[in-house]
This record gives sequence, C-alpha cells and structure tokens, in this order.
Amino acid sequence: MTSPLANSLRTGPTPEGRFGQFGGRFVAETLMPLIGELEKAYREARNDPSYGEELEALGKHYTGRPSPLYFAERMSAHLGGAKIYFKREELNHTGSHKLNNCIGQILLARRMGKTRIIAETGAGQHGVATATVCARFGLPCVIYMGATDVERQAPNVFRMKLLGAEIVPVTAGAGTLKDAMNEALRDWVSNVDDTYYLIGTAAGPHPYPEMVRDFQSVIGRELREQFLQAEGGLPDTLVACIGGGSNAIGLFHEFLDDPEVAIYGAEAGGYGIDTDNGHAASMTGGRPGVLHGNRTYLLQDDDGQILEGHSISAGLDYPGVGPEHSFLKDSGRVTYVPITDREALDAFQLCARLEGILPALESAHGLAQVIKLAPDMDKEQSIVLCLSGRGDKDVETVGKYLEGAS
Amino acid sequence: MNSHEKSAPSRIARHFEACANEDRPALVTFITAGDPDLATSQAIMDGLPGAGADLIELGMPFSDPMADGVAIQLAGQRALATGHTMKATLQMVRRFREKDTDTPVILMGYYNPILSYGNDAFLADAVAAGVDGLIIVDLPFEEDAEFCLPALKAGLSFIRLTTPTTDDVRLPLVLKNASGFVYYVSMTGITGAAISDYDVVGQAVKRIKAETDLPVAVGFGIKTGDDATRIGKHADGVVVGTALVNALAQSLDAEGRATDATAPAVHDLVRSLAQGVRRARD
Repeated sequence: MTSPLANSLRTGPTPEGRFGQFGGRFVAETLMPLIGELEKAYREARNDPSYGEELEALGKHYTGRPSPLYFAERMSAHLGGAKIYFKREELNHTGSHKLNNCIGQILLARRMGKTRIIAETGAGQHGVATATVCARFGLPCVIYMGATDVERQAPNVFRMKLLGAEIVPVTAGAGTLKDAMNEALRDWVSNVDDTYYLIGTAAGPHPYPEMVRDFQSVIGRELREQFLQAEGGLPDTLVACIGGGSNAIGLFHEFLDDPEVAIYGAEAGGYGIDTDNGHAASMTGGRPGVLHGNRTYLLQDDDGQILEGHSISAGLDYPGVGPEHSFLKDSGRVTYVPITDREALDAFQLCARLEGILPALESAHGLAQVIKLAPDMDKEQSIVLCLSGRGDKDVETVGKYLEGAS
Repeated sequence: MNSHEKSAPSRIARHFEACANEDRPALVTFITAGDPDLATSQAIMDGLPGAGADLIELGMPFSDPMADGVAIQLAGQRALATGHTMKATLQMVRRFREKDTDTPVILMGYYNPILSYGNDAFLADAVAAGVDGLIIVDLPFEEDAEFCLPALKAGLSFIRLTTPTTDDVRLPLVLKNASGFVYYVSMTGITGAAISDYDVVGQAVKRIKAETDLPVAVGFGIKTGDDATRIGKHADGVVVGTALVNALAQSLDAEGRATDATAPAVHDLVRSLAQGVRRARD
C-alpha cells in the first residue's frame, strides 16, 4: 500500500536537477547548451506516446522483458531465514540491466538527429550494451575504457569490437572508470554538433540522473506486480549493489514511498573502508563534493582531489555515486553498507553452487548483503536482490583469486 | 594588511585599459601552480611580468580536469605528485604579491578543491593573498548562487567563459554576473586544440562586445607570437596556456624534474608572445 507521505521521496529532481542538496549541472559552458537541448528532447519524448510504445516493444522483443522474479529456494534454505528472490536482470539481452537505459537513450539520440554515439565503460557491461544498440540502429560508436579495465575485462572488449564499436583505452590516472568518463566528456566537448553522450549510470549532470533512473525504473515496476502475484503484498527488503547506482535506483525508486519496505544498497568495500584508497564506497567512506557534473558523495583526499578507489569489481570501481543515492542516504530512507572483495567472492561462489547462477561480481556485492540479512529474518519475510548482471565476464578474475587463495 | 581588498577588482580593468591605450591586446599567461615543483613554479610566476605578461592565470591543480587537454592534465599531475595543495597555490600568490602589487592574478580551476577547502575560507584567503579574480570551469551561471555571488561579494572578479555553443539566449545570462573580463573559448574543444578560422573568432568577439562593456580575451589554440598577433587583431586580450605548459614540459629532465632551462623556456615564449601582441594592430 502506498502511504500518503506529505513529503514523497519520489518527486525529485527539482527543475534545476537537485535531489535535496545533491545533483545539479556542474559542467563547462561548452556543454551547458547541449545539456539543455537534451533535457528538452527528453521531456518531449516522454510526452510522446509513440516513444513509450517503441521503448516497450524493444524492451519486450529485444531485451526480453519482463525479467523473471525467481525464488532462490536452496539459497533461502541454506541461509535459514527470509525467502530470497532474485530479480533476474542478468537474463536481459547483453547480460545485465544496462540495456534498459541504452535503448531509452539511443531512441532519444535518434529523435535528436545525432549521428555518433560515445560512452564510457568500466566493467564493459555498459560498453557492450551501448555497442549493441548502436549496431541495432546502425550508428557509429566510440567507447572510452580505462586501460586497466581493458586488460581485466578482455572478454567484454572483444564483444564490443565484434559489435562494431571502436574502443579507446584511456591511460590517464589509474586507467579506470572515472578516467574513461573524463575522456568521454572531452570527446563530447570537442564534437558537440553530431555526438550523443550515452552515460551508463544514474550520475552526471542533470538530466542524466533522472533520465537513467526513469529508464531503469522498469525493474521496480515489474517487481511490484510480480511480487504481488508470487507472495501477495510487498517485499520486506530490497537489496542492490551500488557503483554509480543505476540498477539500484531502478529497483528502489518504485518503493521509496512504501516505508514498510527496507532498502539496502551494497557499496564496494574493497579491502575494507578503513584502508586508505582501498575501497570504492563513496557514501560509507567518502564525503560530498562535485565531480562529473553533479554534487554527490565522492572518494577524495583532504584537498578535494579525487581518489581512484579500489574494488575487485570493475563496475563498482568509481569514486562517485548517483546524486539521488546521496539524497536517499542523507534522508535515511536507504541504508548503504560496504561489502568487501572477499565477501563478494564468497557470495559469488555460494550462488554458483546453490543456484547454478554465476552472478556478476557487482551483483555478488548485493548478494553478500542478502547473506548477512536473511538469517536474522523471519521465514515468512522476503528479500529481493537485483541480480543486475551475469558473471561470465568475471570468471577469470575469480579464478585468479581462488588460485592465489588456495 | 587589507589594501588588496580595495585595489584588487580594479587591477584587471586598469591593465586592460592600459593595453588599450597602447593599442594592443593584453597578454594573459597561464601556468599551473606547483608545476613541476613549488620553487620552480614560483620562479616562473615571479618572472612572468618581466617577460611581458600583462595578467597571470594561475591554474589550481585538479585530479580530474575534464575541460583540459592532456598537457594541462599532466601539469596538474606533476604538481600533485609533489604534494601540492590549495594552500600552496595561495602561498604562491602571497609570495608573488610581496614583489608585485600591480599585475592581476586570476586563479583558474575546478570547483571541488575549493568546496573541500570551504567556500568562505577560500574566498577570505584568496582575497588576503592578493588574488584578483577566479575562473571556475565547472560552475555555469545556473549555479551562480553557489559560489559566484559570494565571490563577487568578497570583492573578487568572476570571469566567465563563453564558447561557440553559447547561443543568443544564454549569452546575456552568462554575462549577467561576469566581471573582470570575458574569456571567449575560441572553439568547442579542450585546451590545446587548434583554431581553424580566425575570422569566425573575430565575429564571435564582436557579438560578445555588443552585449557587454567588459574586455574580451580569447583563449584556446594560441601557441606562437604569430597566433597572438592574428587573434589579437580581434580581441582585447589573448590567453596562452597549453603552449607555455608544453614549453615547460619539454625543458624537464627524464624524471620530469626542473632543469636550469625550465624557467627560461617559459619566459622566452612569453617574450615572443609579448612581441606578438604588440604587432596585432599593425
């Protein structure tokens, strides 16, 4: 039941792109007119029924929506508490939730008459999804990827190339996701006329955080209906992993005004949040600042320089987080927790053996939080995990760790 | 000593006026604070006016300079690798002011290091150090309440970037709280790229001057004295950054440390640019 809160948590952002104090449009003047144009195009598209119909048709026939809600029976029995459900975004075409956003944005790019697509990627999931929609719509595609990530996510690099994308390895900084995003922004500043920047997470300057959230919110909307049929009522607890936080906000947003639903976001705790620059938990181990066009929680040193952070998962290895998550943290509505590399690896293996599912290392962070919560919950209660991606891309990383650990 | 507070805002205007009286554009030179180390950077800064710089832009190093090209990014990385901080940048201005109370100094950079310092504390310390103006790349007028208005209130100029993408609707809004001068970015691109058409730049400058009484300086893509001559024909000032940073970088040893050639390399290029601006109206 939706509670009649006077102050709904679902009304953001403001016309200026703020979620409370977070968000905004902190970009160079060169990009401001483009962002304004993008916002206008997005508002028009949303008011055009044919845009919604096209989105839905592609979602159904190309992505494979709705994604199943799966009762993880053996995992539930093993943990001996709450019933555990997986919202199986990893079964989407391309293997993650990322395609939901890419389809929405590529349709928008086409409406705007843009003829060249650029994107950043960390683990390569967003890069693959972007390369996929570019192939589907016949648009040239340039993917910026940190050189370190190019190395540790080789299978996804090959997939992107097969899909016809040009991969640009970025060597600046530590060669990870933030450096790729800097480089994509530079490309955009230099090619303003024909280029559309397809941001992969619910972060960046307004309207990206709102737009990406809207495209990913299909996850939560489907879940509400599916859960009602499966169990009646609402889930007791939702869990998702947070890098930039797009799968998480997609899962959470629908339920923000249902106070009886507890919500957890699992950040990358790396070696532990007490280790200097050894994690990527921007909310539990960082403080607010301004980067990549928005005010949000950031990993930064005492002088406001951005830290690279660390996570075993390339998709969570980002020093910021979407501004709406920062708002939800400060409002207390969502509980954000750090999950270490080791906890995520343990969850990865447990899921493989108990459920026959290899989760992405990103999603395994969420699962690790489920593993912590479930045993203390009642058998009548339920937890839903957003299983945001599949783990095929991570088998090499996990294999290396297991060799090293044995 | 508070004498800077009153004289600071006028220093920029006075210098542009003096250059206009000489019928030439002002030469605005950019260096990154702390590049390649604090002592060398201070020596370079201190020698800029003598080499012919009319105004100094001092870059505040940032780990993620999204609107800059690789040369300025590397300059920032060199500085940060030595442990350079915002306090050290302000210290450089203070030391400069001990010898030079005349040349305007503008701090240029990104917002997060300021936010981290504390906006009010930063403004107070910048004024006290003798800073005249600020250019904060990632603060468009949409975020004026955040920092631009407090900066103006503190007595600092807030210099605006306008670009080829700034349309007729945005231009008056960009100029509304602008002060000191207007920095026209000659191209849609990052620092260090090349200018393709000088006449287009000239028309753009005219368009801005129709909307404001402030001087208009042009930056991005000016590398040599001849470039300065060509751009200076159309502008009240020319801004040179990447070329100076490159001259500095080329003078470093294999480990990236300063050599005896480092400060002279920068100052020699400034001298040649200073000759360039003096030929602009010939």
